[in-house]
Amino acid sequence: MHKLSIAELSRNLKNKVFSSVEATRHFLERSKKLNPEFNAYITLTEEQALAEAAEADKRLAAGDDNVLCGVPIAHKDIFCTNGVRTSCGSRMLDNFIPPYDATVVANYRAAGAVMLGKTNMDEFAMGSSNETSWYGKVRNPWAPNCVPGGSSGGSAAVVAAMMAPGATATDTGGSIRQPAALCGITGLKPTYGRVSRWGMIAFASSLDQGGVMARSAEDAAILLNAMASYDSKDSTCINEPVPDYTATLHNKLEGLRIGLPEEYFGEGLHPEIQAAVEDAIKILEKRGASIKKISLPHSHLAVPAYYVIAPAECSANLSRFDGVRYGHRCEDPKDLMDLFKRSRGEGFGEEVKRRILVGTYALSAGYYDAYYRKAQQVRRLIKQDFDEAFNDVDVILGPTAPTPAFEFGAKGNDPVAMYLEDIYTIATNLAGLPGMSIPCGLVDNKPVGLQLIGQAWDEARLLNVANEFQHHSDFHTWTPGGLA
Amino acid sequence: MNPSDVEKLAHLARLEISDDTIAEVSKSVSEVIKLVDQLQAASTEGVEPMAHPQDALQILRSDEVTEGNVRDAFQAIAPATEDGLYLVPKVID
Repeated sequence: MHKLSIAELSRNLKNKVFSSVEATRHFLERSKKLNPEFNAYITLTEEQALAEAAEADKRLAAGDDNVLCGVPIAHKDIFCTNGVRTSCGSRMLDNFIPPYDATVVANYRAAGAVMLGKTNMDEFAMGSSNETSWYGKVRNPWAPNCVPGGSSGGSAAVVAAMMAPGATATDTGGSIRQPAALCGITGLKPTYGRVSRWGMIAFASSLDQGGVMARSAEDAAILLNAMASYDSKDSTCINEPVPDYTATLHNKLEGLRIGLPEEYFGEGLHPEIQAAVEDAIKILEKRGASIKKISLPHSHLAVPAYYVIAPAECSANLSRFDGVRYGHRCEDPKDLMDLFKRSRGEGFGEEVKRRILVGTYALSAGYYDAYYRKAQQVRRLIKQDFDEAFNDVDVILGPTAPTPAFEFGAKGNDPVAMYLEDIYTIATNLAGLPGMSIPCGLVDNKPVGLQLIGQAWDEARLLNVANEFQHHSDFHTWTPGGLA
Repeated sequence: MNPSDVEKLAHLARLEISDDTIAEVSKSVSEVIKLVDQLQAASTEGVEPMAHPQDALQILRSDEVTEGNVRDAFQAIAPATEDGLYLVPKVID
């Protein structure tokens, strides 16, 4: 049953082949068996999941036609869940039980989806390997001595190991696409403003965006249909109509113009990843797409601009964790300053502290213009590169990550090497554009991701291209060896 | 960026950094600053800074009460409260 897609699970639930309680129990049992090995879930919500499934079965019996009704999924532990601990991968929130649901969680609840549990992640979504989680590293289902990518490494591993058919995730600089690539699954980061950030614990507010992970573009489209909504509780959410993302999945690709940015195929890209991506391009060409070389000339400035903007916004956002209202508080504070400093010093891990310090530096008096303002100017240049490119092409294509999954500790002592893991994904966040990663082969028996970048609000086209690709290839059906 | 600079920053950010890690932290923060200093070479004269990817305006809600009083729910997860107040160490003698 765990090999079924969300679309298939849904059909079987509707046709009473099995009940939601049976499906939920199956995924819970599988998760309990596999999770000790992969550490992909921080919390399994067994009792609640079975209660939600029983409720979904009643809705199904009453003829509920919502495609997700009764389908079990997992939520990244960054989305607040009413009554269920939401840790954000941090000791700071190890004791945090939100009194409300994030809008994304509420949307899935309304659709009748069942929550299996909360997935592991880099602390406060800061990382590209899942090694910064307070709850320990997640193992890549394809190569247990390697990272699953990050920050949504738990969600990616849960989907790759078929502990859930789909999962929510978030992407600030590549945190959906890079782990999707490294775990051989399909991941979509929507346009900034497409998905509500309300109740999604903030890291860098002008970059953070919720999105989905699944084993196919079709399932990703089903998940996005339920996730996307306008929400007046998120002042940066944009009131654009939400199309039915499944309606255009099968559009023909004839006439599609694909741009290949020369900057994404240069030095630093693993040659076999380049070869896999080039083979994938041939599949799309056969479907009638035309290929054009393009340039995004400010690409080399994306990582530096990001590492000003993201830390600056994180230092402001994370100031709310003060040991006073919720979260970790140190023992026996001697005065208020001691309470703030020790609660934060103990509650946050090394990478989070590093980014708070960098952000504090970039925003401090005398440096603001040189760093934050400058980075925002560069951000516009990066956005203009994309605007220019989209005059001539419909989608941009390249690799998702420069290397396949690497071993634990390989970049442990070198933050800058870790940051360069997101070299092809960060610009998309700076420009607020939708991006996808889909599997396109293996290197050293580890998955390779193909990245698709679209114009703002063009998620439907990305899903269409990905779905057509998946209908004419079988990379997305490959599963990790040893995992029946 | 030397350890005393980092101590000053850590104070601004209300973060305790232990004495035995301060040298390591200074080193890694310096590496990140070195990375972001690549921005200085970019020509940005006359470029309008971009804060929101869609250049959207901040959307404001009308000033009306929409949520009920949820103080008890919020204080149930606080480290220390009394009579509806959050408790912290004494600030004024």
